[in-house]
Formats: sequence, C-alpha cells, structure tokens
Amino acid sequence: MSTVKIPAVLRPQVGGNKELELAGSSVGAVVDGLIEQYPGLRGQLLTDDGQLNRFVNVYVNGQDVRYLDGLSTALNDRDEVRLLPAMAGG
Amino acid sequence: MPRTYADLLKEARAQIREVTPADVDALAPGAATIVDVREDSEWDQGHLPGAVHISKSYVEQQIEGAVPDRDSEVILYCAGGVRSLFAAQTLEQLGYTNVASMSGGFQQWKSQGRPWEKPVSLSQEQKQRYSRHLLIPEVGAEGQARLLGSKALFIGAGGLGSPAALYLAAAGVGTIGIVDFDVVDLSNLQRQILHTNERVGQRKTESAKQTIQALNPDVTVITHEEMLVADNVERIIHGYDVIVDGTDTFETRYLLNDAAVAKNIPVVHASVFRFEGQLTTFIPFEGPCYRCLYPTPPPPELAPGCSVAGVLGVVPGIMGMLQANEALKVLLGIGDTLAGRLLLFDALDSSFTELKLRRDPQCPVCSTEAVAARAEGRPLAIPQFGVGSSSAADAGTFVLGGPVA
Repeated sequence: MSTVKIPAVLRPQVGGNKELELAGSSVGAVVDGLIEQYPGLRGQLLTDDGQLNRFVNVYVNGQDVRYLDGLSTALNDRDEVRLLPAMAGG
Repeated sequence: MPRTYADLLKEARAQIREVTPADVDALAPGAATIVDVREDSEWDQGHLPGAVHISKSYVEQQIEGAVPDRDSEVILYCAGGVRSLFAAQTLEQLGYTNVASMSGGFQQWKSQGRPWEKPVSLSQEQKQRYSRHLLIPEVGAEGQARLLGSKALFIGAGGLGSPAALYLAAAGVGTIGIVDFDVVDLSNLQRQILHTNERVGQRKTESAKQTIQALNPDVTVITHEEMLVADNVERIIHGYDVIVDGTDTFETRYLLNDAAVAKNIPVVHASVFRFEGQLTTFIPFEGPCYRCLYPTPPPPELAPGCSVAGVLGVVPGIMGMLQANEALKVLLGIGDTLAGRLLLFDALDSSFTELKLRRDPQCPVCSTEAVAARAEGRPLAIPQFGVGSSSAADAGTFVLGGPVA
C-alpha cells in the first residue's frame, strides 16, 4: 500500500481525507484506483487521453514523477505519493 | 609581591610566539585567521585585508565563533604589538594551540607600505540599529553595507508582501520597490500587516511606504502604482537584485517568471491556500523556473485565491517571512537557498515537507535552447495556458493582484 497525500483543494472530493492508503504497483495504478473510488477526480488529474495533467505535479517520496517514469513509475510498499497543484493565493 | 605592567609584558613576550608583518604578508590567503583586536574606532581607520575584527575586550566571548578550530593558526595584531600579546595569552588560556602576535602591529604594517583596506563605514546610528547583524560573522559590517546597497522588489503588498517587506526593511535593505495598484480593504487587515485600520481606502503602495519608512528611515521606497503587464514588466523589474513574488494570479506569476529569467533576477516565490503554503527560490539557470515547476496553470476551480478560498492569516505571514529569509540569503550570498527545492508548510500539522525540483530541459523560458532563441530574437513559443485561460501572449493584459492581492 502507498500513502497518497491529497492537497487541500481536492479534499472535498475525497470525503475530506488528507491522505489515503491505496494499493498499486505503479503511480498509474494508484491514480486509477483513486479515480475508481472518487470518479470526480478524473478531470483534475488526467487529460482526456489518460496522461497526467501538466498543472498537477505528482511526487513519489519527494521526487517529481515527470523526471522518473511518469505514470509508469514503480511503487513499493509504504511509498509516499503526493499530488500537488499550483496554488494561487498571495 | 605585586607584578608591574613591565613584568606582565615580559611574561607575555616569553610565552607568545611573535611574527613580523613580513611573515604575515607572505602567508597564503586563508592559511591563518588574522584577528584585529583593536577598538572599533581604530578598525574603522583601516585594517589588514581579510582580517577579522574582535576588540580585545570581546576576545573571550567571540573568538570561538570566529575560530572554532582551536588547532588552526591564529595571528593577532593591534596598533603596536602589545595588546595583541595579552590577547594571545587569553587565547592560549582558552586552549588555542597555534597562536601568534604580530610585532609592530598595524602601524608597522602600514609604514612598510603593505596593503590595507578601510572597512565600510556605517553611521553611529546604523551601527546601533543593525548591531545584532554586525555581531554575526556571516553578515557583519560588509554584509550590512551590501544590504543597504541592495534593491528588492515586491510584487504585491498583501499577505505575503507585508511580512516580507517589513522584515527586509528592518534588515536595512536600502531600496524596496512595491508593485500594487490596489487600495487597502478592511478584509485585508486580517493578515496584511503593512496596512492599518485608518488607511482603509488608501493606496496600498502609499500605505506600505508609510509603514516602512516609520520602521526604518534608511530605506528608500519606490512605489510602482501600476498593473504588472507585458508592456511594463521589464521596465519595472530592471535594476532590482531580488524579487519577492506575492501576487495571487497565475498570469502575473508567469509574466514575472519569464521577464525575471530573461533579466537573470532571482525570484523568491510563495503561494498559500487556507492552512497551507508553498515556497521556493527561482535562481535563473541555477535551478528551475516557475514554468519548469508548473508548465501550465490549473483551471480556476483547482486554484482559488484567498478571496474565494480563505486563508488563515498567519499562513502568508509565515511564508512571507520565509521569503524574507530567502531574499536576505540571496542578497548576502550566504547559506543555501531553496533553489531546486519546494518547501510545503501545513499549519494544521505544523509540518514542513521538502520536494525536489528540477530544471525542465524543454522549458520554453530557461532551457539552453530557449536562451539561445531569445538571443537570436526569436523566442520560443510558450504553450497555451490550461483550461479556461488565455494564451501566454495575452497574459500581459491581466491585472496584478485583483481585489485581494
């Protein structure tokens, strides 16, 4: 199981959870699992053709998956997956 | 039988190794720590290049900070070579094993035509105002003079800009520019501590100027009472040493990023949402830029500003102060900035998380290819903004800050 950290702006769509435990051997599998549970997230996380949206960064153990293997980045038990969109407020 | 001054001096001479000005002049730079033990007023008249100043009366208290390694070579000097002998005895009492005193002192050094320099001069009032900075070896009089000669630009005098500008003003950053075209609103005062109740309705730039100048008259405040747009961004940021980004629209953030990369000016970035904040320092070409981090902005519903989402007032306060810390390090050239690292703050957990950031080799603004293209006058096309937004080319027409800044 990986721990998925949910940004504050998306929490209302996942029942207010700050983090979720999800199974999956890759970032893509975990994201799919998340969307299966909370279909409303799909448009926020993925493009129409199933790629990660450029405005949401995904980090595995603090590393941006864009510089790992993207959605194919392998996950081990207890890895931390963090979803992070840009914030506007100043 | 009481000992006389002559006895004590004789004893010190017997105990302490002495070196000549010629010996000291021949040392490789950094081979030994040279400590000037004269009084402040003597130091101000000139000193050996690279020397550290610790008045004899502060030697016990300050030497460990200046020279942590008790086995490294320390050479002390004063005006004529006597006070430094006694100070050297103190160092030996403290366990320093390789201490020497320069015979003849600064007078002989100078009369032999050896190089010396005059320290930056601060007024008596400045010495008192910045005394806590002057005590820190990493800042000192030179660092303080550097801050006084520095220029910092604040994009927005709001939740982030307020604490950041106050602290940089207090620190003696000599020129503070403020870009904001908004007026103070009652709803700003929950966090925008530059402004006050009686200034509701006044221009934020003027209110900020009043507060800053009341805090520190050393600071020159330049107000830029205008929207940051494509047509003026280059003119406004020109000449600043660091930019503190406290805006709350993506259009302005991208516009600022692109111009700052082109002008090679570091931008200290922060943004907030309710109980959370993000912070990093963009140092062009050393680390990523804002477009490397977020190639496109999110749709509005995924990134509401403070006026829509709300924010705990202290969150921009904390993030703004961290911005001030980053800006000071950039200006002083000390420490490690957050270039290449994104710091997340969660006020509910009181937790900080650090994420690793990288430069995007395909970045349309800061990649090698982008720089070359700009130099040739054919800048790379920047991808269209995301959902519900406009093209980058139009970004310049967006206003800075909006009603909540």
